[in-house]
Amino acid sequence: MAVCIAVIAKENYPLYIRSVPTQNELKFHYTVHTSLDVVEEKISAVGKAMADQRELYLGLLYPTEDYKVYGYVTNSKVKFVIVVDSSNTSLRDNEIRSMFRKLHNSFTDVMCNPFYNPGDTIQSKAFDGMVSAMMVQAS
Amino acid sequence: MTSLMLSLPNGANWLGPFCSPVNSWTGLLLRRPIDMESRAAIRRGEASLLELRSYLFCRQCTLLIFLGRPWEVTQRALELMHSCVQELCLLEVPVVEGALDCWVFMSCLEVLHRIEGCCDLAQLEANRSHTVGLWAYATDKLKSLGYLCGLVSENGPQSEELNRTVDLLAGLGDEKPETVHSLQSPYKKLKQALSSVEAFERHYLELCHAAEEMYRAIGRMRSAWLVGKSLAEFYLRKGDPGRAEVFLQDALRSYLSEGWSLLVTHTRKQMAECQKRMGRTEDYLQTSVLLASDANLTIEERKHFCQEILIFANRSTDIKAPSACYPSTVQKVAISMNAFAQLMQVQFRPSTAVVHSGAALQVELHLRSLMPVAVHLEQLAVSVHFSLKQGGTDGKARETQSRPGTVLFPLGNSSVIPPSWAVAGPSLVEVQDHSPSDPRILSSAGVVCNNTHLVMRHNDSGPSTDMPSRVSPVHVAVDNGVQMLKTRDVTLLPGNNSIAFSAPSQEPGTYKLCQLCATVGHIQLVLPHISPLVQYDVYSQDPLLSVEPLTDTLLAGLPQRAKVRLETGHYTVKKGDALQLSNIDTMPILTAPSSCFSAAILDSTEELVGQCLLSIHSSEKVTRISLPPTPSHHVLEFQLEMLCVIPLGCDPPEDLGLNEGARHRLRRSSHPNEPMAIITQRMSVDCPWSIYTTPIFLTFHIPFKARHQLLSAGKRKYIQVCLQNVSGVNFRLTDLRLTETQQGPSLKLQSLNAKTQQLVCSQQSVYCVWDVGWKEDKPACLQCVFSANFAPASEKDPAFHPFNYEFQLERVMTLYTMRAEILPAAGEQHCRSGVLCGLEMSITRLVVPDDDEGKADEEGQTEEFPTTNTKLMYKVTDSSGSWAVCGRSSGLVSMPADANANHRVQVELMPLFSGHLPFPNVNVFQYLPNSASSGQPLTNSCVENNALPLPVLLDDQVDAASVPRLGSVRRTATGEQRSGGLHMPRLEPFRPGQVFNHSQGRQVLVLPSVDQHVLEMNAT
Repeated sequence: MAVCIAVIAKENYPLYIRSVPTQNELKFHYTVHTSLDVVEEKISAVGKAMADQRELYLGLLYPTEDYKVYGYVTNSKVKFVIVVDSSNTSLRDNEIRSMFRKLHNSFTDVMCNPFYNPGDTIQSKAFDGMVSAMMVQAS
Repeated sequence: MTSLMLSLPNGANWLGPFCSPVNSWTGLLLRRPIDMESRAAIRRGEASLLELRSYLFCRQCTLLIFLGRPWEVTQRALELMHSCVQELCLLEVPVVEGALDCWVFMSCLEVLHRIEGCCDLAQLEANRSHTVGLWAYATDKLKSLGYLCGLVSENGPQSEELNRTVDLLAGLGDEKPETVHSLQSPYKKLKQALSSVEAFERHYLELCHAAEEMYRAIGRMRSAWLVGKSLAEFYLRKGDPGRAEVFLQDALRSYLSEGWSLLVTHTRKQMAECQKRMGRTEDYLQTSVLLASDANLTIEERKHFCQEILIFANRSTDIKAPSACYPSTVQKVAISMNAFAQLMQVQFRPSTAVVHSGAALQVELHLRSLMPVAVHLEQLAVSVHFSLKQGGTDGKARETQSRPGTVLFPLGNSSVIPPSWAVAGPSLVEVQDHSPSDPRILSSAGVVCNNTHLVMRHNDSGPSTDMPSRVSPVHVAVDNGVQMLKTRDVTLLPGNNSIAFSAPSQEPGTYKLCQLCATVGHIQLVLPHISPLVQYDVYSQDPLLSVEPLTDTLLAGLPQRAKVRLETGHYTVKKGDALQLSNIDTMPILTAPSSCFSAAILDSTEELVGQCLLSIHSSEKVTRISLPPTPSHHVLEFQLEMLCVIPLGCDPPEDLGLNEGARHRLRRSSHPNEPMAIITQRMSVDCPWSIYTTPIFLTFHIPFKARHQLLSAGKRKYIQVCLQNVSGVNFRLTDLRLTETQQGPSLKLQSLNAKTQQLVCSQQSVYCVWDVGWKEDKPACLQCVFSANFAPASEKDPAFHPFNYEFQLERVMTLYTMRAEILPAAGEQHCRSGVLCGLEMSITRLVVPDDDEGKADEEGQTEEFPTTNTKLMYKVTDSSGSWAVCGRSSGLVSMPADANANHRVQVELMPLFSGHLPFPNVNVFQYLPNSASSGQPLTNSCVENNALPLPVLLDDQVDAASVPRLGSVRRTATGEQRSGGLHMPRLEPFRPGQVFNHSQGRQVLVLPSVDQHVLEMNAT
C-alpha cells in the first residue's frame, strides 16, 4: 500500500524512515523532508486558537506525478508521513486514516517501552513489523 | 476518469480512441472561453485523451474564474496533469519520450499566465503557495527536457539528442493564433529553450530562481533547498562546480542541522565531486574523511574515499609534480580529526594523574577509528600545555586535588542526532543583588544564562564542526617549544584502538592536553581541542621528615617508640648522609651509644622495596643517625625509642579549700576523665638537604595526676597524696614514699600504706596517707616529695620508672580548736522544731602566738600590733536550710594570747525541721584591723553590722565549690587595699588544719513541735 513510511521527531529529524526496498531510498528521503514544509504550514495554518481541537490527520500534503504524500501530526508534534504510489488509486482517505491510526498506536507502544529514550531513533521490532505489514499490502 | 478506467474491464470500447498514439502535445489553451475546435473534434470522436481532458479543464477553468476562485484552478491543474500522466501510462499509450514533459510545461505556464491575467500583483503575492507548485512542476519538466535533449552538458547536444528535439518540436504544431503576438507565450518559451543551450540555460535558471524565491517567500525552506540542489546538479553538469558548491553548502547545512543523515551523505558526495574538480584539496580531503566514515555508504564507497585520502597523503610525498586534483604542496594539510577518529577516553596510570617530578606517567588514549580500513599513522602526537602551578609545588598540594584517572568523552557529534538538538536547553540561574547597606532591600534581580554560547547559536549560520566546506583553518600547535606526547608508526584499525604514551614529567606544574594530531603522509588530522579538560599534575616534593608516635599518645616517664618517616622527595640520600638530633636533657633518646637497627625503604606507592641497617652514634651533644642510600621519592622509615622525663611538681597546689574531703569527692564526680597534662618537646634535627634545622615537636602526656591534702585530727596531722592514673594504660606501682626535702630531717613520717605492689587501673586513683610527727621544732612549712615507681601492668618483666611529686605545705599547726554544742530550750530535754535553742561555741587557743607561727599568721601587718590579743571572727551559716539563725550570726572574739585561752559565744538558732539535723557550719576567720586606724578601738557594733563592705565573702555561702572564688576575692581585696589605700579591716581565712572543728559532722536530734500537723493531716 504505502511505499514509504516515516516518523519524524518534533525537531524535524527522522526517528524512523523506511521505504520499499526496490526503489530509490534517497528520493523518498527528499520527498519526506520536503513534505515537512507543508506539514509545518498546515500546523501553523490551523492556528493557535484551534490547536486543541486540531485533527491529527493532515490529509494529502501534496501530490507529485508519481506519489501522494499524506501527513499526520501527534499532539506532541511528532509527524508521521506516508507516501503512496499515485497509480494506486483504490486507496481511499479512510484507509489512509486507519493506517495513520495504526501507526500512531504502534508508536505509542514504542514510547511506552521503558527502555526507549524519547528522541532516539526507533529500533523496535514490533514497530518494524507493523510498518512492513503496511507496505507489504501494496504488492 | 482514472477510476473509471480502472474499474471497467479491460478493452472497454469507449477507451479505444484514447489509446491511439499521442501525436500532438500542444499545451492547455485557456485564453478562449470555449475551444470550438476541440469541441468539434470530441463530437466527431477524434479527440485524443489529452485533447479531451484539455477541453474539459478549459471549461472548468473558465467557470472557476467566473466564480472568482482562481486558486482552485491551480490545484485542479496540478491534479489534471498528474492524472493525465498517470492515465497515459496506465493505458500504455505510445508517447514520444519527452512529449508529456512538453505538454505539462506548456500547460503549467499557460495556467499561470491565465491566473496572472485575472489577478493583481498583490493577490498573486499573497497566494504564492497556490501557484508555486505549478512553477516547480514546470521547472522540473524543463529540466528533464533539458537532460533529454542534451542541453545540459558541457559539450552540447549530440545528433541523437538533436533528432529528439526536432521530434518534440514537431509535436508542438503551430502556435495558436491567440498567442502569436505575445512575446512570452509558453509555446515560444519552450521552442526557444529547446533550440539552443544558452537559451535553455537562461529559461531554466529564470524558472528555477523564480521557484526558489517563491518557496523562500512562503517559508518552504526545504523545498527551496531542493530546488537549489537541482540547480547545483545543473551547474555540476555544466562544469561549473564553484556555483554548484554554494547551493550544496546551503542544503547541506540545513540537512545537518535537521539531522537527515542520508541526505547529508548524498549532498556530501556531490560536494566532494565539486571540491575535487575545483582542486580544493583541503576541503576535498575533509569531505572525503567524512564520507569515509559515513555509515550510510557502502563499504566500497567508504574504502574509495579512504583510499583517496591515503593516495593524496602518499603521492604528495613521493611525487612533487603537480597533478590536476592534488596540487603539490610542501606544507602539510591539516584537517579536522572529528570524522576520522573519535577520542573515547583518556586514562592515566597511575590513576590519580598526579606524580612527582621525574616519575613515570602513562597516558592511554582510546581512539575509535571510523575509517573502513586500517590506517597507518606515521606519528600520533598530543601537544601539552605546561603551566607552573600556583601555590606550593610540594607534596602537600597533592591531597587538595583529586581527579578521576579516566576521562570519558561524550559522543557528541554522531551524525544521527544533529548537534543543535544534542545541546541542552538554556541553564538559567536566578541572581538577586541586595543593597549592601540593608540586605532586605533588593537592588536588582535577574536571570543569568550560563550557556548562552550554545543556546544563542544560530542554526543556519553557526559554524559547525561537521561543515567540511567551511573548514576554519585548523591551527596546528607548533612543534618546538611545546611539549608533546608522541608515538611513531601507529596503525589504527577500524574500531577501538588504544595508544599509550609516556608523559613528560620533568618540571613540576600542571600539564594540560590540548591538541591531538595524527600525521598520515602529508596530512595532519587534528583534534583542535580536547574537551572536557584533561590534565595531570607533576609536583616536586621537598624532603619531609616526620616523627609519628606508634601508639595513640606518647606517655611521659616511660620509654616510648616513635616512627621516624623520611620522605625523600626530590632529594637522593647518598651514602654518608646522616640526621643529627640535638640531645635534650628532658628527652634522651634511648639507644646504645653506637648500635644498628633496621629501617625500611618504601617506594612512593608505600610498597616495601628493601630493608637495611642504620647505625646510630650518640655523643654528648648530638645523636647521629647515618642514613642508608635511598633513591628520591622514596620513604625511609625507622623507629626510635625515647623517654620524656616528667618534671617535678607539675601540679600547682590547689589547697585553698576549707573542707577538703568534700571538695575531693565533688571534683571526682564532676570530672570522671580528667585530661592528661601535656609536655611538648622540641627536637631539632639537622638534615643533610637543608642548612636549616628542622624542628620536630612531640607531645607527651603525663600519665599521672597527683594531689596532696593535709588532714588533721586535733593536733595530729596526716598527709594524704592522691595519685590518679589519667592515661589509658593500667600501671603497677611500687615503692610509694614520702620524703622531706629540707635539710635535716625534722619530721617523722610514718607510712600507713600497703607495702606491696599496687595496681592502678586507667582513670582510677590510689590514696596514700602518712602520719606526720615532728621531733622538736614545729616547722613553719613542710616541703615534701612523693615518689613512686611505676610500670605498665601488661609488662611481664616490668622495668619501673620513677614518678615524683613535690609539694609544700604551710602553716600546718592547729592554732585553735572549736567545739560547738546545741542546747535545747530551757526545761526541755531535746530541741524541738520551731522552738529557739542555743548554739554554744567554745574556741580554744592551743598555741601561744608569739611563736614563729603566730607571726607568720599575721603576715607582717600585725607585727606592729601588740600581739597580746588576736581578734577572730566567727560566722554561723547553714547551707542545708534546716536552721534559722536568730539574731547575730557572726561576731568578733578577742582571744587572749595565752595557751588554752578559751572563749565561749552563744548564738540563737531555731531548727526548722525535726529529725537528726546536722550542726550548722561555724567558720572562724582571722580579723585584721586596718593599719592606719590601728589606734582606734574597735567596737563590736561596727563590725557586726552585716552592711560592712568586708562581708562580701561572709555573705557568700562558704561552700566547697566556691573555694577558688573566695581566694580570688581575697586577693583582689588585698590588692585594692594596697593600691587605693582603702582603710578597711579585712578577714583572712585560716589555712586548712589551723582551726580544728570538733563538732564537724555532728548531728542533733530535733523533735517535732506540738502535734498541730497531725491534726491537720487528720482533717484532710
